Amino acid sequence: MKFTLSWLKEHLDTTASVDEIAETLTDLGLEVEGVENPAAKLATFTLAKVTHAEQHPDADRLRVCKVMTDEGEKQIVCGAPNAREGITVVLAKPGDYVPGIDVTLSVGNIRGVESHGMMASERELELSDEHNGIIELPSGEVGQKFTDWLAQNDPAKVDPVIEIAITPNRQDALGVHGIARDLAARGLGTLKPLKENHVDGAFSCPVKVSIDEDAATDGCEVFAGRLIRGVKNGPSPAWLQDRLRAIGLRPISKLVDVTNFFTFDRNRPLHVFDADKVSGALRVHRAKGGEEMVGLDEKTYTFSAGQVVISDDNGVESVGGIMGGLATGCTDETVNVFLEAAVWDRVQIAHTGRALKINSDARYRNERGIDPAYNMQGLEDATQMILDLCGGEASDVVVAGQVPDTSRAYKLNPARVISLVGMEIPEAEQRQTLTRLGFRMEGNLAHVPSWRPDVLGEADLVEEVARIASLTKLQGKPLPRLQPGVPKAILSPQQKREQQARRTAAALGYNECVTYSFIDRKSASLFGGGDDATMLANPISSEMSHMRPALLPGLLQAAARNQARGYMDLALFELGHAFNGGEPGEQHVQVSGLLVGRTGPKDVHGAARAVDVFDAKADAEAVLAAIGAPAKVQILRGAEGWWHPGRHGKICLGPKKVLGVFGELHPKVLDEMGVKGPAVAFTLYPAEVPLPRKSGSTRAALRLNDLQAVERDFAFVVDAGVEALTLVNAAAGADKALIDDVRVFDEFIGGSLGEGKKSLAITVRLQPTDKTLKEKDIEAVAAKIVEKVTKATGGTLRG
Amino acid sequence: MDDLRAKYIELIAKAGDEATLEDLRVKAVGKKGEISLQMRELGKMTPEERQVAGPALNALKDEINTALAAKKAALADAALDERLKAEWLDVTLPVRTQRRGTIHPISQVTEEVSAIFADMGFSVAEGPQIDTDWYNFDALNIPSHHPARAEMDTFYMHRAEGDDRPPHVLRTHTSPVQIRHMEKFGAPCRVIAPGRVYRADYDQTHTPMFHQVEGLAIDKDISMANLKWVLEEFFSAFFEIDGIKTRFRASHFPFTEPSAEVDIQCSWVDGQLKIGEGDGWLEVLGSGMVHPKVLQAAGVDPEEWQGFAFGMGIDRISMLKYGIPDLRAFFDSDLRWLRHYGFASLDVPTLHGGLSK
Repeated sequence: MKFTLSWLKEHLDTTASVDEIAETLTDLGLEVEGVENPAAKLATFTLAKVTHAEQHPDADRLRVCKVMTDEGEKQIVCGAPNAREGITVVLAKPGDYVPGIDVTLSVGNIRGVESHGMMASERELELSDEHNGIIELPSGEVGQKFTDWLAQNDPAKVDPVIEIAITPNRQDALGVHGIARDLAARGLGTLKPLKENHVDGAFSCPVKVSIDEDAATDGCEVFAGRLIRGVKNGPSPAWLQDRLRAIGLRPISKLVDVTNFFTFDRNRPLHVFDADKVSGALRVHRAKGGEEMVGLDEKTYTFSAGQVVISDDNGVESVGGIMGGLATGCTDETVNVFLEAAVWDRVQIAHTGRALKINSDARYRNERGIDPAYNMQGLEDATQMILDLCGGEASDVVVAGQVPDTSRAYKLNPARVISLVGMEIPEAEQRQTLTRLGFRMEGNLAHVPSWRPDVLGEADLVEEVARIASLTKLQGKPLPRLQPGVPKAILSPQQKREQQARRTAAALGYNECVTYSFIDRKSASLFGGGDDATMLANPISSEMSHMRPALLPGLLQAAARNQARGYMDLALFELGHAFNGGEPGEQHVQVSGLLVGRTGPKDVHGAARAVDVFDAKADAEAVLAAIGAPAKVQILRGAEGWWHPGRHGKICLGPKKVLGVFGELHPKVLDEMGVKGPAVAFTLYPAEVPLPRKSGSTRAALRLNDLQAVERDFAFVVDAGVEALTLVNAAAGADKALIDDVRVFDEFIGGSLGEGKKSLAITVRLQPTDKTLKEKDIEAVAAKIVEKVTKATGGTLRG
Repeated sequence: MDDLRAKYIELIAKAGDEATLEDLRVKAVGKKGEISLQMRELGKMTPEERQVAGPALNALKDEINTALAAKKAALADAALDERLKAEWLDVTLPVRTQRRGTIHPISQVTEEVSAIFADMGFSVAEGPQIDTDWYNFDALNIPSHHPARAEMDTFYMHRAEGDDRPPHVLRTHTSPVQIRHMEKFGAPCRVIAPGRVYRADYDQTHTPMFHQVEGLAIDKDISMANLKWVLEEFFSAFFEIDGIKTRFRASHFPFTEPSAEVDIQCSWVDGQLKIGEGDGWLEVLGSGMVHPKVLQAAGVDPEEWQGFAFGMGIDRISMLKYGIPDLRAFFDSDLRWLRHYGFASLDVPTLHGGLSK
């Protein structure tokens, strides 16, 4: 919403400066987005007088002028046809910035003649598009500031323009009068009362109006109008054109400009039909669907069933409250005009406007809510203005429907206001604020003014009182602790777990990424997603069309981007939600780590190597350990298809309880995602890790054993498909009391063992608890181990 | 005897290696060594002679042994020195590389925010990112025709044909967590709710996903003045600058009343933003007293309870605190960016240890 200072002063009697007004508006909740002060860019220019002008010796169209300035007589070369002796001009001196040509002047030399400045045209000073000659002022003294001259003689040219942002609840501030009311309520001046016009009808209105029954509910409340005959349309007077132009509107004609003036002056959209182009009566009704109309913006609109429109005998002529039709629009030739003032249902306007994608000033106001009680008076005031500007004669007023009764009242509870805001605002001040805003106080009941449809309860009264009192003045008050003393921990076990997982992954050398929650369908479908349930209805691009089913596709895309920049060795991780459906709550936390390329750059020690599945496994185990997962887990096969079928493992507590998966990524998936391998990864599900059973902080007692432990190595030849963990578990089960640890230290495949066989070597650590082991004890355990392993794996002890 | 002593001490001193030394030992104090042979002679001596010669021979033997041991140690030391000299390495060579991981600024700042609010008694609530339009809008006093709905650039989820429910939305703010939390736990309460939010907007300063932290405090007599104090305490702690000033400007949000936009004090010097000084103001969040209709929607009696709520951009305050220029880069995972703006794994923000490094 834009307005000028002088326009505001039509409604507000104030001596406040522009800065004061701007600051107050922001504080009141009418946030100033900009103040444009045209005087600022004209500040350096002064008046001067041409004392002599003669033909340039070397150019037909140039004149060499002697100009009297506040710094004495100067020579200026000028190309304007009107540059002549005796005229008063606007002077720009060397060093001045001339906005219209975007040039800072210097002393020039034009075809051999020095020129000390320029005499400006209106266009060069951005005052208008006029460039047929330099400005000739009818008055003014040499040396006088041009801005001072304008302020006295043409104030609109130096009228500051203020632009404010309007929050959805402040429809009343969409008119200058409403803005003035707010400022007056704060005490920044006095609100000037509006003049109430009344024009008697000279004849009966020949255009009849009606509202169809289907449009009477939630469509159009009241539709009123009158004919004004014998008007003379044409360009508006300068003051009106200036005002409209200052706020960025194009003056069109008197009749149209009057409606725009009321839109911005009173937040009162109106419409004018050329009555000679209207055929028969005007009827407000709901569209059947499929009707078409060319709007004033010359675009064709097709209506859906239920949208509220205005038709005559020829069909739809106007989208009620949103935009008029071109066919019945006013032109310079219009003689008989039908002026319409109506109150529309806000919700209906919002839906229709959105559906037709029309963003007009009328829609903007009608959907936020205008003052319905002003409907009939607004019609009178606009009639008077048309008569004043265009002449003519007004008919009586025709009305369909009724001005809605908006009267309602809410209790002002001054103590509650103080309690909510936390500011001592005396009751008298609270009442005064509401009164100044147009509320009618009756005891503690505040009757809401008709222009505030947003005020719908006591809480709204609190807001009005608070914002006028000024929240800037609010002083902070300590919020007492819930309990005295040391604050308690606040993170849930899951939240704590996420922090630990994140910091462990970073400690393992992974860089944390935050990637978008939405990815493209193809990537999503590679990871089990991409179905319609997780699809966005209105994605901003096809690259972001589906909620991610897993974190890995986002990390792989990140890896591909980094590889494209020349970073080939990557360790990336993310902790966040993946989406297993499109319903609220169908999301779960994952931690995914991705290793790509080598463990590091080439180095003198030869330590760097390609990443492999055991890197991913080690990191997965480390993160799981950090979040309290049990050490004893099963490693199962058969995870999803984006893993290498032979090189992955599911970390499980039982076949259904999957804590995570590690492995190589399927080469096809890598290829589809554009990542150059090798690439290994892990995905963990922190919520699947069971919470510890006990909550105390006491540790189990530490039992140390003084007896010496003994280690024995065994090597078994087993089928190549036998898993090491099976063998280890079998060995460990041979004597649970004595065997402290079983470790695999060698794997040897093929060679002399033959096809399909491998050798696995283990170290078993025996820890006696009551007596030192003798050789025969050890032999007994060893035999048991061999027996158990043989039974479990079908292997044999290697000779 | 003195000759013997002088001879062997000199020979020992001259010995150049362990073999020579061993040879000398055998010759001097070995079973058939010169000193041992002399000691055998003691038996033939008179007791008087023996009393003199015995201790003298023993002393000589000890001295020779000591000299032998000392020389042996010296030789070993010299040999070790020699070996170590040869074992010189170029220690300016680089080490075996170790990856250095980082924590993303969003995670770091979320932890910082949580640490500060935890001290003021706020716990951390969470909610779904895909939510119903009731939780995201209606319950927050934003009915279907409300202009705020259109202004929020909402992402909608696809609806299967035949499913007539209004489409779910990607939450446009963290405010629906207010409703879910109060529904579940009622009043009084103090929570923050950090998380991802979504709006269909992508340009220089907007990304379709960003992060907010919601704050909610409900009790019998919580006021906007308490809100101001909480936010000022927060900003002072977060930016680690004492006495940061905030400015409350009246504004409008459908879910709070009165509503205020909050600016923090700042200055612009040579295009550089400085928080907590100067007379400029920078808008950082929206806030207000929870609207009675919102309390009602969440099943809390507005006659009995009142309180404040606020919503703040985590990405935004991260950018302000750490001088990160471009929001879009947060989600690009450029390794160079992650390394430059990331935090070490052990940089855990705490109130006692400091929030930033």
